[in-house]
Amino acid sequence: MIAQIVFYPIIMQLLLAILLLFCWKWIKWQKVISIIGSFISLGIAIWLFSTTWTQGTLTVQAGNWEAPFGISFVSDTFAATLVLLTAISGLAVSVFSVGTILRARLKFGFLPIFHFLLLGLNGAFLTGDIFNLYVWFEIIIISSFVLITLGGEKAQIEGAIKYFTLNIFASIIFLTAIAVLYGLTGSLNMADLAIKVAALENRGLVKVTAILFLIGFGTKAALFPLYFWLPASYHTPPSAVSAIFGGLLTKVGIYALIRVFTLIFVGDSFLENIILVIACLTLFSGALGALAHQNIAKIFSYLIICHIGYMILGLGLYSEVAIAGAIFYLIHDIIVKTNLFMVSGLIYRIKGTFNMRDLGGLYAKYPRLSLLMLIPMFSLVGIPPLSGFWPKLALITASFNAGNYWLIAAVLFATFITMYVIARLWSEVFWKERKELPKMQNFRYFETLKLEKKIQIVGPIVFLALISLYIGFGAENIQQLATRVAAELMDNQHYIQAVLGDGYN
Amino acid sequence: MEVLLAILIGLFYAAGLYMILRRSLVKLIIGLILLGNGANLLIFLLGRITKGHPPIIPGESNIFTSAYADPIPQALILTAIVISFGLQSFGIVLIKRAYKVVKTDDLDQMNSTDQYS
Repeated sequence: MIAQIVFYPIIMQLLLAILLLFCWKWIKWQKVISIIGSFISLGIAIWLFSTTWTQGTLTVQAGNWEAPFGISFVSDTFAATLVLLTAISGLAVSVFSVGTILRARLKFGFLPIFHFLLLGLNGAFLTGDIFNLYVWFEIIIISSFVLITLGGEKAQIEGAIKYFTLNIFASIIFLTAIAVLYGLTGSLNMADLAIKVAALENRGLVKVTAILFLIGFGTKAALFPLYFWLPASYHTPPSAVSAIFGGLLTKVGIYALIRVFTLIFVGDSFLENIILVIACLTLFSGALGALAHQNIAKIFSYLIICHIGYMILGLGLYSEVAIAGAIFYLIHDIIVKTNLFMVSGLIYRIKGTFNMRDLGGLYAKYPRLSLLMLIPMFSLVGIPPLSGFWPKLALITASFNAGNYWLIAAVLFATFITMYVIARLWSEVFWKERKELPKMQNFRYFETLKLEKKIQIVGPIVFLALISLYIGFGAENIQQLATRVAAELMDNQHYIQAVLGDGYN
Repeated sequence: MEVLLAILIGLFYAAGLYMILRRSLVKLIIGLILLGNGANLLIFLLGRITKGHPPIIPGESNIFTSAYADPIPQALILTAIVISFGLQSFGIVLIKRAYKVVKTDDLDQMNSTDQYS
């Protein structure tokens, strides 16, 4: 039963989290187990990905209840790619948090909760049942609530209240949408829903349900105009937490949007236009927000919002080139955003502040580290041949094919602002004259750390920078992957057949 | 019955949204609880209400012989209730903690993370 490997990434994280709970008092063991477990998870994810790549979509019916009655777990190329990216970011952040998170936080179960979060992410990517997706989302948000509040500083609690409210609100909207969808079709299996929704006569109600899904997932993905919780909260927890949030949490919303709007609610030009307008506004508001701030963690938070717009733009254009561009962007963005927040953590470790006015002179002191930090930043801007360039090219081509020049303008504008923001950041943080800051008591500066700790901080950044470089220089392979995912997504019969078998009607 | 439930759900949603828009932290949590309960009732209503027909196959037959209540919405509601219970208890602890740390109940005072620095 080769298809059973669909479960393995989920079970691995669950076992790891439970094992870590048993080591509650032995922090040293927790660190070792977390890192080794993350390596094993990466191995499993590569195995799942290569099996899915060679054998096509894998499907398992949980408890052997036939689809559409039981819960299906489906690993198509899209889901397998995201599981692989989760494992890569998970490994990097696991090592980074072992190096940077304070002992007081580790004592209150940081690492077990972190692995519960990864459990929820893997589950959300692999499930083929819409209510099960809701349950995985709840696992993700309850773990993220704990991670964002752990430590209990004033800023953290304030940020957490906004984060908590908007995420619960989004979940309730999502649940409402599921209720209406169940009332309309009497099914929860996504493949079955795709068939039944297409056959429904009451198109008005279908449209309303689709909008409810758009609001629910859109809030979680930080789309315009429901993104205000993100810049208010993402810079408050430690950088390791921001890294996993920035890299993966908003992307789960994007995954759900792409999944639902390519499988269940397809071919509605009204919805596509709404998504396009939202995408442009997200690009604008994220870019302008990034211009206004001086705190580097906050700038990166706004850049998350800005770059969510690119992926939604690809979804709204709904052509194979556009969706492939969106998928490529998603792959690139998960790695780069995770890395950027770790870079901000490293800068904080070196200087003890996030504020650009006080930072400066990093290049003079650490030239090699600065060049390392340059890689994710320039990848984000998309300077060819680094990784951000290729998906933007694909998106512009797709907009050009669709004859929509406003979209090209929006993409170029957001790219230009990103470039300006990153150039300003580079000159302020790295090139500006060094400012003498008062030494803080009890703060472990980077230069005073032991070599082991330094490797734990810099190692993950090098690892993700190398992957970014691969995405940029090996763009042909990634493009091939993105094109295949897009082809599978555009033809939803493929997914339906994989879940329900050939005999469906 | 359906009409009555529909009106009740509408009231739950309206009251929940109104409470979320108030500035007090406690009202915020109450609003979220009301919204969650409204969503649970909505699942119940949209699963079609059937009176007195439990989904049990009679012993002498292999299939359902008469109309039966759909058991799935009840399973969904049960799951949703448990989840929202967990989240709400977290929320209540969170606002207590927030009140201790920030020393205010007014959401408008909690804007230090949004300021330009």
